[in-house]
Amino acid sequence: MSETQPLLQLRNLRTTFSTDAGDARAVDGVSLDVGEGETVGLVGESGCGKSVTALSILRLIQPPGRIESGSEIRLEGRDLMSLSEREMRDVRGNRIAMVWQEPLSALNPVFTVGDQIAEVARVHAGASRAAAKAKAIEMLRLVGIADPEERVDAYPHQLSGGMRQRVVIAMALVMSPSLLIADEPTTALDVTIQAQILELLRDVQQRMGMSVLLITHDLGVVAETTSRVIVMYAGEVVEEAPVRDIFAAAHHPYTEGLLRAMPRVGAIRERLTVIPGSVPPPTAWPTGCRFRDRCPYSWERCEREHPPLYQIGAGHVSRCHLAVEPERRARPHIPLAAVGTADAGALR
Amino acid sequence: MSATGPNVRAQPEGGAALVADDAPLLSVRDLAVHFPVRGGFFGRAKGAVRAVDGVSFDVYPGETLALVGESGCGKTTTGRAVLRLVEATAGSITFAGVDVRALGGEALRRLRRQMQIVFQDPFSSLNPRMTIASTVREGLVIHHLAEGAEADARVGRLLDEVGLRREYASRYPHELSGGQRQRVGIARALAVEPRFLVCDEPVSALDVSVQAQVINLLQDLQRDRGLAYLFIAHDLSVVEHIADRVAVMYLGKIVETASAEVLYREPLMPYTQALLSAVPVPDPGAKRQRIVLQGDVPSPANPPSGCVFRPRCHHPAKDAACARFVPPLEQKGRLSASGQSAHSVHLVACIKQPPTGISWEEQRAAGATKEPVLYMPVLPTP
Repeated sequence: MSETQPLLQLRNLRTTFSTDAGDARAVDGVSLDVGEGETVGLVGESGCGKSVTALSILRLIQPPGRIESGSEIRLEGRDLMSLSEREMRDVRGNRIAMVWQEPLSALNPVFTVGDQIAEVARVHAGASRAAAKAKAIEMLRLVGIADPEERVDAYPHQLSGGMRQRVVIAMALVMSPSLLIADEPTTALDVTIQAQILELLRDVQQRMGMSVLLITHDLGVVAETTSRVIVMYAGEVVEEAPVRDIFAAAHHPYTEGLLRAMPRVGAIRERLTVIPGSVPPPTAWPTGCRFRDRCPYSWERCEREHPPLYQIGAGHVSRCHLAVEPERRARPHIPLAAVGTADAGALR
Repeated sequence: MSATGPNVRAQPEGGAALVADDAPLLSVRDLAVHFPVRGGFFGRAKGAVRAVDGVSFDVYPGETLALVGESGCGKTTTGRAVLRLVEATAGSITFAGVDVRALGGEALRRLRRQMQIVFQDPFSSLNPRMTIASTVREGLVIHHLAEGAEADARVGRLLDEVGLRREYASRYPHELSGGQRQRVGIARALAVEPRFLVCDEPVSALDVSVQAQVINLLQDLQRDRGLAYLFIAHDLSVVEHIADRVAVMYLGKIVETASAEVLYREPLMPYTQALLSAVPVPDPGAKRQRIVLQGDVPSPANPPSGCVFRPRCHHPAKDAACARFVPPLEQKGRLSASGQSAHSVHLVACIKQPPTGISWEEQRAAGATKEPVLYMPVLPTP
């Protein structure tokens, strides 16, 4: 966390969805900062609340979902929760832009990509038709699309997946936002195209000096792109650390499990360590520690006491009682979720 | 539960009796699958998308051959053609000595007992209106393997084997998580006791922790049942973990094939080199050279002449000859000679990586200006 005021501040963000099975607390008390010019990785598996966090920052939560009162979202010191819908529209696109996972669904199939980029300039900056088109060509060039003067008249279906994602990034950057939220921007892309897009994101981030909140499940992408990592599990932040510390000295058993479960190129081919079980449903988060059934270290305290975020080191916090009873790490056991499954044997 | 060390990767443990026979279980030669492109007023064929264009490979009993490549390279179509889920345009497919393309009706159905498929998407590959038990049971009944109480008992054993609690038998797919659904997909495939499974991106839709569970399960089943896998994937770290041999596809062709060990240590086809260097490494301190390919994969309806990878190639000796010669798959590489069995030779389709059968004189006659030279950019070495 930087000394000056961070660009984005979330405090106790809680986003709930009403369902037949009761209230789903998808995001349940998340606090995080993104500093000026910083790239922060938000990681976790499906259902951990990372995408809902992103949508909440933009206040794009629709009923039956709601952002609970008491949640604070501050951008450049401004309280976004108090803004009217009209003012919020101005923030979206101007100050915060978003890049989605599936570029085809983020683009309108019946308009040319030029029209769609130009629309941003016309709506948010009141640019003239000609100026907006010139801006669209400039943006296409910025994101590395060859022949932008021609491509500006192309429809989304005429472009490859990688080019579509470049167009979506171009749209996001038109107004030079201070914060770019990228939700799994390369997940739908092939690995060689992913490399191109990540390079592009790094390049524009440096050139425009903006901050990036990168949401991903891919720890390889996190390692190569971000400086700080926030790990979410079951609607909460469970660990936060500088990127080097996450990979060299992960503290939370969930982070540790994620790192071990990942096959790596060049690693000795051993049996993969698994995290047994799956993420519990958001309508029924377990009491105490939400990871305890899947954890090889859990003990009575984890059932009794919901762990706070303990300070582990400089800029490193972890929501795990091991912080106060570290000796227990030396005595792993078979997690409750693995008892009676084929994975139990593999865990020892 | 001993780990499979790198020194034994060519011989799957536990399946000794099955691997002793050195004849391939599946043999594919010059497989082509072309899809017609229709257009015009009467919808006549205007051309063809060459989804798979002359692919040959063998799968031996008890081993895993991985087909890797990016979207549109033809890996999925290859897997489906082998099972006759799409019809091949040309080439031969031989499974356990049987000509698969010549079979029809009952004979094809009998063969399918031995060859099964696990799909990528466990959400769309299960019938939402069938319980887990009836999904797994269906194959047993269709193939007259078991009925009544005997079938129920076998379903129970299959659920045990794939790590699903028996109480799931009466549930529906929507009540299960992604990983659990994929286990059902595997149980369904195993019900008819196949010898060979096409695994089409079986873990791509799963989260990391669940992915590891399913990979371990596939490896256990291979060991226990002596299964052979054709493992189709785009994730190179998963492939290195599970495959004995790897074939890299690009635009409908196999461009390089080798044992997993050799391919990851000494990739020679420039495309494989780029593919490997593009994999993000989960180590923030790693310093390595990345080859970022320019542009996109060309359309398989209009592939480039000569080498299909030519427009994006970064080999320093790339020249006019690459547009003239279709590079043959040739044996290359320092590592391929040492202690590799006959079926895991290192084959590479590149006329600029020596040695090559397309001689320098021939290349020069075709307008070449740069002599073939061994090119091996630095790759990640963890």
